[in-house]
Amino acid sequence: MSAISPSELTTPGLGSGLRDIKQSSFLLKLLVRKELKVRYRGSVLGLLWSYVKPGVQFVVFYVALGVFLGLERSPRNPDGLANYAVYLFSGIVLINFFSEALGNAARSIVNNGNLIKKIYLPRELFPVASVWVSAVHFFPQLVVLVAGCVIAGWKPNFVQLLAAVAGFLIVGLLATGLGLLFGAANVYFRDSENLVDMLLMVATWASPVMYAWTMVHEKLGPGWFAIYQANPITIGVELFHYAFWFPTTDGSAAMPPDLFSLWLPVGLAVALAVVTLGQFTFRRLEGRFAQEL
Amino acid sequence: MVNAIEVSDISKQFVLRHTRSIKEAVVWLVKGRKGDLSEKFHALKNVTVEIKTGETVALLGLNGSGKSTLLKHISGVMLPDTGSVKTRGRVAGLIEVGAGFHPDLSGRDNVFLNGAILGMTEQQVKDRFDDIVEFSEIGQFIDTEVKFYSSGMYLRLAFSVAVHTDPEVFLIDEILAVGDEPFQRKCIDKIQELARDGKTLVVVSHDLDLVSRICERGILLEHGNVKFDGSIHEAVALLRS
Repeated sequence: MSAISPSELTTPGLGSGLRDIKQSSFLLKLLVRKELKVRYRGSVLGLLWSYVKPGVQFVVFYVALGVFLGLERSPRNPDGLANYAVYLFSGIVLINFFSEALGNAARSIVNNGNLIKKIYLPRELFPVASVWVSAVHFFPQLVVLVAGCVIAGWKPNFVQLLAAVAGFLIVGLLATGLGLLFGAANVYFRDSENLVDMLLMVATWASPVMYAWTMVHEKLGPGWFAIYQANPITIGVELFHYAFWFPTTDGSAAMPPDLFSLWLPVGLAVALAVVTLGQFTFRRLEGRFAQEL
Repeated sequence: MVNAIEVSDISKQFVLRHTRSIKEAVVWLVKGRKGDLSEKFHALKNVTVEIKTGETVALLGLNGSGKSTLLKHISGVMLPDTGSVKTRGRVAGLIEVGAGFHPDLSGRDNVFLNGAILGMTEQQVKDRFDDIVEFSEIGQFIDTEVKFYSSGMYLRLAFSVAVHTDPEVFLIDEILAVGDEPFQRKCIDKIQELARDGKTLVVVSHDLDLVSRICERGILLEHGNVKFDGSIHEAVALLRS
């Protein structure tokens, strides 16, 4: 909470939105730590679950899509994607981060209803803390991904590393914005969290995580493809492919045209617009959180 | 003395909503908004209260008279429909003891978390940590998860964190029934000490004898209206009559 000088009158309950987060960084830190401690309480594997779950998911997708459906390049299937395992996993980790961040952020306000009803604190903290927690869970997966990449002969240059940071940033911002939006809406209509679950299912398949962007391009044609491409998650996944998968291949694979000159700024702009919209909606709705929860 | 709290002409309506799904709301819209989707009632009606720095004020009234709602407006948890609320300095509330406690965390973690929720900085919590533990008489159990605490221990620790937050304005809602009698006495001594230090206290309690001891001024609420505002003894007498 902000340091108010005792000499002036202020109106309680009116925060300044996401800017309050900076002043409450101590509380944010504790909320994130609490979530991390509480998440795997009483489980034998503990934090290992953040390796096991994506690991199993990866194996299932790899066998079903890479081997059975023939997306993996092999001597018998020269049209497939080289190093499909790396391709798949670099997309999956990003989608997992997004799913967990948005899914938890959308429920965060209702789940912390007891607190919000009784004590005033910047409520944006809860969705933001959810995104942070997901970022912490993302880290071990990233380590596994990098290990896999190195085995596959990964030699990234500086621009490719920057692409990974940009992709993560775009997806993180998008999750924060949508988390604020759906978290606030969930207070009034509990349907909102089901809507989010559905959105997340769509998001996994609406980006080139399992398949290659070229397949979409062939089917959709340039007009519709531009719409497909404007999805910030698609851009984030492609940036991750460029950073982790592309340097492990012979460099002959085509990357989406104008990825850096056009789509990266577009992704960033859309994500920032969503954050603004989310913040705006959140502030409109938060005044009545205490009585609606 | 300057005003610590200025509540000017606030009203608050609560919606008794019948529906919580989009489907029902859409059906209601399609039917041309026939019937009322919601029922409303006034929790507070044109309430104006000014409290000076260092005053000790009790909010009195029967159940449902709007005491807690008024307290929530002062703390900022709720915003008024009309009118305005202004406060001076940091406001902290014992709105409900242990609201920010998590049962799976240790007492130590909860002290930090709850301290931060009540607006303390990292340094403040660290500096006062020993005092908080000492006051709560939790002692060696501080590193035990609070779900294993007895309800008395739980309340003692929560109360202890709250009284050590050192705000300018202190809001207390029905929490004085804390622990056994010696601890309760200790809490009341602590609250009286805060009052002597010039802190502003706003207390909601049904324990009329207790509030007469702590507070000087009583505000009697009835159905969301201020019915009486004056000395605590007159207010208590009026409520009892």
